[in-house]
Amino acid sequence: MTDSRLLQSAPAPLLTLMDLVVDIPGRGDGAPLNLDIRAGQCWGILGPNGAGKSTLLHTLAGLRPPRRGTIRLQGQPLGQLPRRRIARLLGMVFQDHQDGFPATVLETALIGRHPYLRPWEMESAEDHQAALKALRQVDLAGMETRLIATLSGGERQRLAIATALTQDPRIFLLDEPTNHLDLHHQVAVLDIVRRAVTEGRSAVLTLHDVNLAARYCDHLLLMYPGGEACWGTTREMLVPNALERLYGQALVTGEVEGVPVFFPRTDLTELSKAD
Amino acid sequence: MSRPALVLPILLGAAGLSLGIAVALGSVPLTPTETLAVLTGGGEPLHRTLILELRLPRALAAFATGGLLAVAGALMQVLLRNPLADPYVLGLSGGAAVGALLSMLAGLGMAMVSGAAFAGALLSTLIVFGLAHGTGSWTPTRLLLTGVVVAAGWGAFISFLLAVSPTTELPGMLYWLMGDLSHAHSPWPAWIVLVVVVLVAMPLGRSLNVLARGPLQAAALGVAVRPLEWTLYGVAALVTATAVTMAGSVGFVGLIVPHMLRLVLGNDQRLILPASALAGGILLTLADTLARTLIAPQQLPVGVITAMLGVPVFLYLLYRSR
Repeated sequence: MTDSRLLQSAPAPLLTLMDLVVDIPGRGDGAPLNLDIRAGQCWGILGPNGAGKSTLLHTLAGLRPPRRGTIRLQGQPLGQLPRRRIARLLGMVFQDHQDGFPATVLETALIGRHPYLRPWEMESAEDHQAALKALRQVDLAGMETRLIATLSGGERQRLAIATALTQDPRIFLLDEPTNHLDLHHQVAVLDIVRRAVTEGRSAVLTLHDVNLAARYCDHLLLMYPGGEACWGTTREMLVPNALERLYGQALVTGEVEGVPVFFPRTDLTELSKAD
Repeated sequence: MSRPALVLPILLGAAGLSLGIAVALGSVPLTPTETLAVLTGGGEPLHRTLILELRLPRALAAFATGGLLAVAGALMQVLLRNPLADPYVLGLSGGAAVGALLSMLAGLGMAMVSGAAFAGALLSTLIVFGLAHGTGSWTPTRLLLTGVVVAAGWGAFISFLLAVSPTTELPGMLYWLMGDLSHAHSPWPAWIVLVVVVLVAMPLGRSLNVLARGPLQAAALGVAVRPLEWTLYGVAALVTATAVTMAGSVGFVGLIVPHMLRLVLGNDQRLILPASALAGGILLTLADTLARTLIAPQQLPVGVITAMLGVPVFLYLLYRSR
């Protein structure tokens, strides 16, 4: 259980998971998830490959039905809300981007305005402004007319984040947002997410980097390969034992600027100790 | 935003021009003045008959058929997120042709032939969409492959029908299979379908733009993906069936027209769809004029002309796309 539930002043949850079991084909039921995601919270999902992190994010976005349990978005069952309504509240950044047809960077950011526009409506000047602002935020200003096929992996990833920023949702669901990004842009993108969260939005992101999660997320959900899960504040969750069991990997722990850091223990670590 | 403002008027002008050329050319060539005289209500009686009763209906039929095929292609390419999709490649034309041939063999009237062609296109749609769904999810590759295999199946069925048909029926059927506008009677049903479909598809344009980014991304941006996909397939079936009953199975218009427009205009469906309707119309009107006049007095099936243009363009596109 989250400790924020005990606080009187906690805002109403944006997203509620009640006995949620995600549907991973060919796999048994995982542990049911019961948690509230509130405004101002940044949740990190950690787990090894194949633990079902992306499936959980897709389920939270309403893109696939859960095997059991319910998800409530601002108190209403997700499955009963029209897609357009969901799209104004939930913004999803996917791990893969399907770019079947040529399109420019600006066009790609602008599709984030889709849930707000009526069928005959063209994108307005404000919509263009929103898209341009998002492109500036992710450092893609000046590339508006570039074709997406010519972008590098990291640029394409930042463009996907710009599309989500243009969508302006209450909750960001980000599947590996730091994928393909260099160190600077990893931090830059997570800073954008954190700023959005301090403005009263919330974010749920899957990450492979435990140390980035330790710095940017206030809550963590650990998904074990066997289907177990545990969740709570980052402080509670970042226990070396728990993480070692999570990844099946021995870790070396330290502390930098008051934040715990974890490194995989390898033969090289042993070697450097012996020096 | 200036390009759309320019493109549609240019295409409209070219459309008028292509129809003008189509009515002016033929066994009795007419000068522009003579053509204009007839179209404005005057002219010689012979010219009036020639244009108003023979050439104009046929040119209008060619235009509407070309527009329908190009729109069907543009829709199916977005649906499958594959620039190589078109009603001909995916077997919709084949299904419509089988329906039409069966009813011709049974000696049914023209209305029944149209209905049977529509049923054939719809059946083809259901088979392709249903089978491609299978047990897993729809992937564009699987849809495309299913379509190609179904098209091959229809092809074999058509050969079978031709083999068992009385020889007196064969020339008509063959011509019809290769695409032929000389039997097109009234162009108006095709025009109505074309105008209605473009008007219906235009408000869906932005949803189609989003769908072109993949079904998951589209759903995440508020598009009701499954209903939209079924609508697209249904509309593509209606449009293809209308085109096939008009002119038999004409290939490649649906493939090359939207693709070429995308190279010039980008991929905003709100522009691509009306532009495809116009450019497809222009292409088939000119192709049919060529078919009528190239080795006159003999007439070629218009499908021969579009295939002669389409095959090299298709191969070039395949070569270019890595």
